[in-house]
Amino acid sequence: MGAQKLSGPDDAAESQQTLSAEIETIETEHKNAVAAGKPAETQPRLNYPPYRSSLLRHPTKDLRHTDPETIELFSPAFGHRDIGNLESDLTVQSGGEPIGERIRVTGRVLDGNGRPVRNQLVEIWQANSAGRYIHKRDQHPAPIDPNFTGVGRTLTGDDGSYSFTTIKPGPYPWKNHHNAWRPAHIHFSLFGSEFTQRMITQMYFPSDPLFALDPIYQSITDQKARDRLVATYDHNITEHEFLMGYNWDIVLTGANRTWMEEDDDA
Amino acid sequence: MTMPDTTATPDLTPTPGQTVGPFYGYAMPFDHDNELVPPAKAGAVQLHGIVYDGAGAVVPDAILEIWQADENGIVPRANGSLRRDGFTFTGFGRNAVDPEGRFTFSTVNPGATEAGKAPFISVVIFARGLLNRLFTRVYLPEDTEALAADPLLSSLDEDERNRLIATREADGSLRFDIRLQGEDETPFLRFPGHED
Repeated sequence: MGAQKLSGPDDAAESQQTLSAEIETIETEHKNAVAAGKPAETQPRLNYPPYRSSLLRHPTKDLRHTDPETIELFSPAFGHRDIGNLESDLTVQSGGEPIGERIRVTGRVLDGNGRPVRNQLVEIWQANSAGRYIHKRDQHPAPIDPNFTGVGRTLTGDDGSYSFTTIKPGPYPWKNHHNAWRPAHIHFSLFGSEFTQRMITQMYFPSDPLFALDPIYQSITDQKARDRLVATYDHNITEHEFLMGYNWDIVLTGANRTWMEEDDDA
Repeated sequence: MTMPDTTATPDLTPTPGQTVGPFYGYAMPFDHDNELVPPAKAGAVQLHGIVYDGAGAVVPDAILEIWQADENGIVPRANGSLRRDGFTFTGFGRNAVDPEGRFTFSTVNPGATEAGKAPFISVVIFARGLLNRLFTRVYLPEDTEALAADPLLSSLDEDERNRLIATREADGSLRFDIRLQGEDETPFLRFPGHED
């Protein structure tokens, strides 16, 4: 890297070319490391300089290997009292239909052993079809949709399945560098059966031309790992004259707690 | 009580995390999200602190969650965190920091989940600029014998160890600052199954 330029998030002065060169250098280094026998990375780097906001916000010391204690081997419980029936359909939360391409995103939440994560909370939030969030910090001059908040919640089923009906979000500009645009994405917040499995991520759409340019997506340096964040178009989910269907399964880290009968009965 | 699960498929690679971004504010917070117990309840304890970045500036766009046992060390199994009834202790709380990086929870002192164990509150941190979540622990300062025997604390040098133990303030509250980077960086945890 050499001397790091500590750009503030609002500078937006550097070019995409500069950023893309940094992204490419890191990816090449990772490829070479894998070719030399190192395992491919599966998670984003916390220290990923092309995402300028990460410069002062990543730990510099190694994370401490820790065996989970009892409390960490359990997770908060959520139930149907926590969530309204309509919260998984983001197209019916207001008086009218939101503008945009109606989609369904559905899949399963699994633990690292492939077991379904049952009756657990899944939360999503996203921009509207014009790429605008209902958030006072979002100053992108794109229209607010009065019929779309972009917020959803649901509980997984016994098979770990979830389903959201929503509108395809638009890409939106941000201030990491000049002319920076985020690929269209939906934020996903997930709980497992243990608190150590807690995670938040972003789901992307297939073949987005912005993938190569985006330092947040590229902070996952391995292509195979990045692909795990991209939903699959699934015509079996698509509904006749109604919506387009996407499938996206989520795998949490392996569960440490011994599999117990109470989990089967839950 | 344990039995093998024959349906398990090994070696599924976990889905990568991503930053929570700047726009969680209208999505993740919920009414009374930081009140594991109502603040006016007898025995309520305030857990509070400030999140700092590597330059010592406050982080105004972080969101924290805590998860803990009740006062008797019982692991809560009740749901209802998102729609609190004011009586059920669910053990889970969420708090988006304010513009000065400050977080606050109303909770109880967790009890030891097993005799002799050091009680702590489990914490997960998300922030804009933080590409994946960070886990840590807030230990209660009182049981010095249990703290001395704690496997994690024992593995740290004294400065690091002290950064995981909350300060009990005169009003009974617990003070715990979080430093994402730098000399006084908070020790963050990697659990089995998390990528090296």
